[in-house]
Amino acid sequence: MSSPALVANSDSLREAFGKTLSALGDEFPNLVVLDADIAGGTGVHHFRKSHPARLLQFGIAEQNMMAAAGGLAAVGLIPVVTTFAVFCLRAIEQARLSLCYARRNAKIVASHPGLDVGPDGGSAQALEDLAAFRALPGMTVISPADPTEMALATRAMLEHQGPVYMRTGRSPAPRLFGADHTFEIGKGQILRDGDDVTIVACGVEVARALAAAALLAKEEISARVVNMPTIKPIDAALLSVCALETGAIVTAEDHNIHGGLGGAVAEALAQTRPCPIEFVGVKDCFGASGEPEELAHHFQISAPFIADAARRVMARKKS
Amino acid sequence: MTQHTKISPSAPPSGNSIAALEEKLRQAARFVRQHAIASIYHAGSGHPGGALSCADLIACLYGAELNVWPETVDDPNRDRFVLSKGHSAPALYAVGAYFGFCDAKDALNLRKLNSPFQGHPHVLDLPWVETSTGSLGQGMSVALGMALGLKLQKMSARVYALLGDGELQEGEVWEAAMAAAHHKLDNFCALIDYNKLQSDNSNDAIMRLEPLADKWRAFGWEVAEIDGHDISQILLQLRRAGATRRLPFVIIAHTIKGKGVPAMENIPAWHGSVKLTHAQTQEALAALGASAEEIEGLLHV
Repeated sequence: MSSPALVANSDSLREAFGKTLSALGDEFPNLVVLDADIAGGTGVHHFRKSHPARLLQFGIAEQNMMAAAGGLAAVGLIPVVTTFAVFCLRAIEQARLSLCYARRNAKIVASHPGLDVGPDGGSAQALEDLAAFRALPGMTVISPADPTEMALATRAMLEHQGPVYMRTGRSPAPRLFGADHTFEIGKGQILRDGDDVTIVACGVEVARALAAAALLAKEEISARVVNMPTIKPIDAALLSVCALETGAIVTAEDHNIHGGLGGAVAEALAQTRPCPIEFVGVKDCFGASGEPEELAHHFQISAPFIADAARRVMARKKS
Repeated sequence: MTQHTKISPSAPPSGNSIAALEEKLRQAARFVRQHAIASIYHAGSGHPGGALSCADLIACLYGAELNVWPETVDDPNRDRFVLSKGHSAPALYAVGAYFGFCDAKDALNLRKLNSPFQGHPHVLDLPWVETSTGSLGQGMSVALGMALGLKLQKMSARVYALLGDGELQEGEVWEAAMAAAHHKLDNFCALIDYNKLQSDNSNDAIMRLEPLADKWRAFGWEVAEIDGHDISQILLQLRRAGATRRLPFVIIAHTIKGKGVPAMENIPAWHGSVKLTHAQTQEALAALGASAEEIEGLLHV
């Protein structure tokens, strides 16, 4: 197993990713990591230290880096493109043609997604990446929730054949999972059981969803919490069971309410077991400077707002 | 269609055999032009101008330079060719047909549903196509990635990318140019089909490229400027490219858009995507040296 033990308690998801990649470098001799002058920011400075010859520098030129990954994959390597999520959007057309259309075994790992970016402000906060990359045929989209899951997902991404887009995160991430945690692409997990409503979350919102469930419990509301680290392919079977058993869904993501996790959940349930859904996310606007927790409150994606959404969706269930 | 075999690039011919090779390549280029025009006629759309301008370059690459044959398209040590100007796909399909990578009659089935000969080349459709192109600039970057990856793995194969001149207006090309020089990719050769015209008008009218050779030199490339319809100049510079160390090599090939078809030469309207009439096609094929029998074979399938 890729050693979650390597990852420190205080690690951000990007640090957990970088350390894991470094630890897996010998096991995956064809792995090469592509950097656009932000190795310290994306966490791959760990890989640069352990495997300097396989850290390929592209300079501040993400479009070339993204398409070049297609060429590296074509000659038998496993390229991992690393940059900030917002710059992945800049190169999405390269990901579309040279990675997805050509069906290359190439990976994109995006740090600094969403409001979690914090003080750098609205220009740097990618709130559209899950929607955009989810729309690419053949692309797998992953957003792990804690450092342990990040380590497991990094291995799964490398073992998977085909293009993957994975979010990491900038801020220190709370530990949610122990050494017994498992990760499988396309599978969600019930972290907390409940009967009244299901909160489906990914990334940094999983911890907030658990906090919201605790708030709701004080009001005798039994909220189920589902960790949904794979946005595509979405775990439609688990969602269907949750819709059946709780009759109401809240989605929570550090992303625009349009097209990301919420969109994926709604699409799946519309075809299996339609039920009331409320969407917690940034409401079709851009972010702003501030500390991540302040921003989560300001843009209404923190635990109290998830709890509000749960109450709203339960009311719709009754009507 | 007979399969045409090339002379091994590892054993350069001399004397009369050079003349014989050049004549073979001229024949190949003639076939590429005829087949490309015929396929665009059958498709009812397509880009004839650029296919005609790059025919000599592409014939020389497949006929004398690339160490790839129909039976070695999966060999990890093969040279790679990327048609970064993907809209010239008819020329690629035609050269593939000439050298036995695909069937010439099949390759006339251009731009049709369920045909592997799409409007732009797709790697999943044809095993001998190295990557999917059609979005300008990307093929250059993919080729760069191939060259870098081959070098990392200490493989001696070379990578060639053919770009259009209008394509050089894409910033990605210059990102890739910078990276190729930075990583000292002497296994990488770019060829520019410099026909001076792009979709709507001349390069000069749309977005000036000159001084083009100076730009490439400034980006750290070894530069050759040639007549892109002169087979001997093309072969000479491809050989120089292979012998150059520590620098990527660019061949700026001055060409004529629509070369070989007087009604099309130097007229931007023939960039594409155009519908050729039967009469226009017959006239074009005749101008390209096709016999009445060959015209019949190309037009009635």
